[in-house]
Amino acid sequence: MNEIITTKKMKELDECIERNKMKKGPLMPTLQDAQRIFGCVPKEVQEHIGKKLNESYAKIKGVVSFYTMFSTKPKGKHIVGVCTGTACYVKGAQKLVDKVCEVLKIPYGETTKDGLFTIAPTRCVGNCGEAPVVMIDEDQYGRVTIDQIEEILNKYK
Amino acid sequence: MFLEEIKKRTLDKIGDKFSKDLRKHEKEVRVVLRNCDLIDPDCIEEYIARDGYVALNKALNYSKQEVIDRIKESGLRGRGGGGFPTGVKWQFAYENDAKQKYIICNADEGDPGAFMDRSILEKDPHVVIEGMAIAAYAIGASHGYIYVRAEYPLAAKRIQNAINQARENGLLGKNIFDCDFHFDIDIRLGAGAFVCGEETALISSIEGERGMSRTKPPFPAAKGLWQEPTIINNVETLANVPLIIKNGPSWFKGYGTEKSPGTKVFALAGKVKHSGLIEVPMGITLGEIINEIGGGMAQKRRHFKAVLTGGPSGGCLTEKHLDASVDFDTLVELGSMMGSGGMIVLDDHDCMVDIAKFYLDFIVDESCGKCTPCREGTKQMYHLLEKITDGKGRLADICQLEKLAKLVKKASLCGLGQTAPNPVLSTLENFKDEYIKHVENKTCPAGRCKALISEFVITDACIGCGICAKKCPTHCITGLKKEIHIINQEECIKCGTCYEVCPKDAIMIKGGVQ
Ligand SMILES: Cc1cc2nc3c(=O)[nH]c(=O)nc-3n(C[C@H](O)[C@H](O)[C@H](O)COP(=O)(O)O)c2cc1C
Ligand code: FES
Repeated sequence: MNEIITTKKMKELDECIERNKMKKGPLMPTLQDAQRIFGCVPKEVQEHIGKKLNESYAKIKGVVSFYTMFSTKPKGKHIVGVCTGTACYVKGAQKLVDKVCEVLKIPYGETTKDGLFTIAPTRCVGNCGEAPVVMIDEDQYGRVTIDQIEEILNKYK
Repeated sequence: MFLEEIKKRTLDKIGDKFSKDLRKHEKEVRVVLRNCDLIDPDCIEEYIARDGYVALNKALNYSKQEVIDRIKESGLRGRGGGGFPTGVKWQFAYENDAKQKYIICNADEGDPGAFMDRSILEKDPHVVIEGMAIAAYAIGASHGYIYVRAEYPLAAKRIQNAINQARENGLLGKNIFDCDFHFDIDIRLGAGAFVCGEETALISSIEGERGMSRTKPPFPAAKGLWQEPTIINNVETLANVPLIIKNGPSWFKGYGTEKSPGTKVFALAGKVKHSGLIEVPMGITLGEIINEIGGGMAQKRRHFKAVLTGGPSGGCLTEKHLDASVDFDTLVELGSMMGSGGMIVLDDHDCMVDIAKFYLDFIVDESCGKCTPCREGTKQMYHLLEKITDGKGRLADICQLEKLAKLVKKASLCGLGQTAPNPVLSTLENFKDEYIKHVENKTCPAGRCKALISEFVITDACIGCGICAKKCPTHCITGLKKEIHIINQEECIKCGTCYEVCPKDAIMIKGGVQ
């Protein structure tokens, strides 16, 4: 866990907390900041936020576990999202999901051993006209076919 | 007035860029989307040059009740799915004499397969801000929130930039237009939970809680965010507001039908030729949307089977509904709903049982877990559907499914559970024979449910074009050019690619459980 939680990152989080405290309902923005800073919200960070915001760990954990955007384990360097929204689904997104899992040799939702890729469940990225859509980090690929998957992933290796 | 100065200056600078007609079909209109792709969304001057913020100025010269009366008279109904009259909702909050009230813009756009709100936020952010400011004035709110879906980072960025520019120009903040009206907006990001599109869950989320729905009443208009009166409106609803104030209610009623006036933006996707965002007057027929604006099926040899509206809360409409008018009430009557505007077209290769299962899978994932009918009921419904698509279903399972669906609909706490059974009920209503074929004949007529395919067989209709052989992922199709090809059944993984790509539909499915 040491490389995830550094003093520098903690300091950054504390600054965010101070800023968020001025708003009403500071918890969600703070957790979003933590997720961005650490790449996840591990237990230590949750406890720290709890103390600073005067909330119980149970409450914080409840919120973290509710929303899919928050994770307690670090995600891979690249997030692979095969959109499985309705438009993409009817255009065969399931086959793309299977292919991505096959190529990366991990189940849906998991991270590769080398920490390079995480397959993140993704529902509609708002580009349904180009279905099926694959997203890698902020890059969108539209009208993807099965044969293109390997080529696309290779770009991020 | 400073708006006019900015308008003149900007128009001189940019020339005739605004005179472009961006409609792709004559039956489309551009009312809500009038600025999209026309103006630079990061430039408030261009929005003002399109008469932006004129409506806010005008509204501030009316009394609050006058503003509400105009919205009521226009007949504007919520575009977030329910179609509740916007003016009536505002009236509730206005009549509440609490000191602090809030206006929230619902930009959670949860329906997977829809992107109307995203386009408005990204391409015309100021119209949403102006709409919120007018609403805030009318109900007496001094603070607003825009709750943006986490999956839309660009939208959040554009909105933030627009808020900053509005502040710099005195259009947000204290004493707007030198009136006794103060208003400011904050952005809140979602964190990936569909249920947070439901208004009470959205409020919980802003308050920093798990996004669980609350019992209504009290309605948010009475007790909402931090227990204060709160109005929640959808992005598209708010985008209509400035236009109604500026052009008047009767102008607005010039579009659409008597009970559903105005226009609606749809995200047309799926198996149509031209997919994308369209805006049409309410009351247009489904057929006009799909066959004329959408250009019919993407692949000519495929047949139209159904169109899904309303996302996971809606249902399907079929060929016999193509002449139906697209408005709030007609769609509900036909067993579907308007929803937020997703429209997904299916062809004869789409299995309706599979689609129902797809939506339920989504719901099981997204149910907040607070009430039992939704949490457990939808899971059991999913299992029944899985049984049917796996070839293990019996006729009794279909009855059980229907019974359970009706129960979940009646007994669930919030809109999520109350509408979750709709895709099942509506596919059962329109495609019962397909369900029965799954359980009685153990076949999936569309060739989607893998467990119900024992073999793909190439028939005499094969012209030996070789497309299937080329696309087959396991290279198990062989044959000479212009001769009938053969599938090596040992190596076939039943992925259905050949069935999908064959230009002559020469591939046949043999049913039966593996
Ligand atoms: C499960 C569920 C999801 C919803 N998702 C959205 C959504 O993504 N966007 C939206 O505007 N309204 C959504 N709604 C409707 C809202 O609860 C609310 O009715 C709407 O935002 C009110 O705004 P309007 O009157 O302008 O339509 C959802 C409702 C339910 C039950
Ligand atoms: S369903 Fe995939 S982008 Fe909308």
